Formats: sequence, C-alpha cells, structure tokens
Amino acid sequence: MVQTTPLWEVFIRPRNGLSHKHVGSIHAADEVLALQAARDVYTRRGEGNSIWVVRSADIHASDPDQAAENFEPTADKIYRHPTFYDIPEEVGHM
Amino acid sequence: MAVWEALVELADDHLVLGHRVSEWCGHAPMLEEDLAMPNMALDVIGTARTLYTRAGELEGKGRDEDAIAYLRNEREYRNCLLVERPNEDFAHTMLRQLYFAAFMKAFWDAALSSADDVVRGVAGKAGKEMAYHIRHAGEWVIRLGDGTEQSARRMRDAVEALSIYVDELFDSSDAAQAAEAAGVLPKRSEMRAAFDKVIGDVFSEALLELPAVPYGQRGGRSGQHGEGLGHMLAEMQSLHRAHPGAAW
Repeated sequence: MVQTTPLWEVFIRPRNGLSHKHVGSIHAADEVLALQAARDVYTRRGEGNSIWVVRSADIHASDPDQAAENFEPTADKIYRHPTFYDIPEEVGHM
Repeated sequence: MAVWEALVELADDHLVLGHRVSEWCGHAPMLEEDLAMPNMALDVIGTARTLYTRAGELEGKGRDEDAIAYLRNEREYRNCLLVERPNEDFAHTMLRQLYFAAFMKAFWDAALSSADDVVRGVAGKAGKEMAYHIRHAGEWVIRLGDGTEQSARRMRDAVEALSIYVDELFDSSDAAQAAEAAGVLPKRSEMRAAFDKVIGDVFSEALLELPAVPYGQRGGRSGQHGEGLGHMLAEMQSLHRAHPGAAW
C-alpha cells in the first residue's frame, strides 16, 4: 500500500484571513481521496475550514548543502527587519 | 406502539453500525482509513446517544441512554439487518456505509421539519455527516468497483451479499408509523427516489449493477437478527454489565 500509493502534503487554513499552513502528509491514490484523508486525519478537532493537498513529488526543495550560500548572507542585514517601529496591537495578524 | 420506540429503532441502527465500523479501529488497510472509520463510527454513535436519551425522556420511566443501549439483549434490539452485517472486507464495509448513508441523508433532510425539537436538531447535524459518509464510502466503492480484477470481484461480492438487506430500510414498523403519524419522523418509503439516485450515480461510475432482489431479507424491526448480532452485543455490553454505572 505505502509503496504504491503516492504521498501528499497537506495544508490547512485555520480561519478565513489566515494562510494555509503545512500540517503533515498522507497517502492516497488520487486527489479526491487525498482531500478526504486529509480531512479525516488533520481536521478532527476543528483545525480548519479549507484544505489543500499537493503531491509530495511535485515539491522542489532547496539543497541543504547550499544552506550557507542561500541563507547566511542575510544575517548582517538587520535593516531589512521591521524592528524599528512598533506595530499597534489592533492590527492583529499581518 | 409508541413514538419513543421508533426513536429506539433509529438509535439501534446507528449504534450497531457505529460499533461495527469501530471494529476496524487498528485494523484498517492504511493509517488514513484507520482514522476515517472511527470518525464515521463516532458520527453515528453520537446520533444514537441523542436518540436514546430522547427516547428515554418520552418513555418517561427514567431510563437513560446507557440503560437502553446496554441492558437489552439481541431480541430486544430493533435495528435493521443491514447495519449488523459483519465487516467482512473493505468492500463490504464501504458498501454497507454507502447504503445506510444514502438512505439516512434523505431521511434526515426530511426530518428537518419534524414536530420534535430533538429530532430536528439531530437532523441538522446528522444530515451533514451522512453527506460526508456518502462521499467517503462512495469514492471507495467507485475505486474498488472500477479498480483491479480483485477489487472489482470483491465489490461485486459485496453488492451480491448486502443488496438483499436494502428493502428493509424502507419499511416502517408499527412504532415508526406512529411516529410518522405524529409528524416526528418522515415516512421511510418516501426516501426511495433519493436513495436510488445516490446509488445509481455511484454504481454507474463503479461499473457495478444493482442485482434484482425478489425477496428482501427482513426481521430486524421485530428482533429477528442474524447470528452475528448477539456476539457483537456481548462484546459491546460486557463492560457496562460487569461494572454498572462505570464512567470515564
């Protein structure tokens, strides 16, 4: 079953206005069953109101060996962070 | 016959099916279904609990949901025969769920105008649950029916084995007729068109044919059950009978 059934990544949106967030993965034969499996595995406690599934094989990941050249050059560019002013609480999620 | 007895019949359908489906817990063919099936079991057991409680109130003898569910033997159970059929394999289990949900979806939709507040409340919640059960079980029936040589054979075997229990769904016992006359429950025979539409749509995609059933099996509503129900109830009731009143 596991060897022949494709793996899917599951993304759930907890509430309107928030973005879909990766919550885990499931096995399913096709997209219809994948959505059902995601619903049954990941929304049992009212976690969300929208589900995306995408085949794991369709996700392209960055190479961990390139982590240094990809991510370290940003370390000394603190001027890119919005840390120099206060965000009013009323703004909520940004 | 009284209205409360019709609610017990309905609750028995849900509890027995829920227990049967729960027997898959830990044994499903894949983890995803191992969670999906207890989800479905809990849906119908939740419906059973509300209906037993309401039946006990209407009976007026102080019986609560546990007293009705755990302290009756198999001859006193009034569930239809379909729901007590053994799980056999995944094809049987999914087809049994599809047949039941296809009937109950139409039933709850009609029960939205029940004269009983509790039944109306159940109808709103259970109708949505049955819509999902139709989808979940239906998609599996389609994939198994139109799948491999083995899955198609097992699906055809399930259709052959379970279709003789379908007609009983549309019968109204004396108690059900009393509840129908009081406007508490909809007339069971009126669900036929909606049921046939759901099953017809799924079967045509699943490359399955409905067999002609000259004589449907009946008897559950008068307490005449298959040999499997007694074993199931013995397991389901043993804890309560050994430890009366046990609670979490």
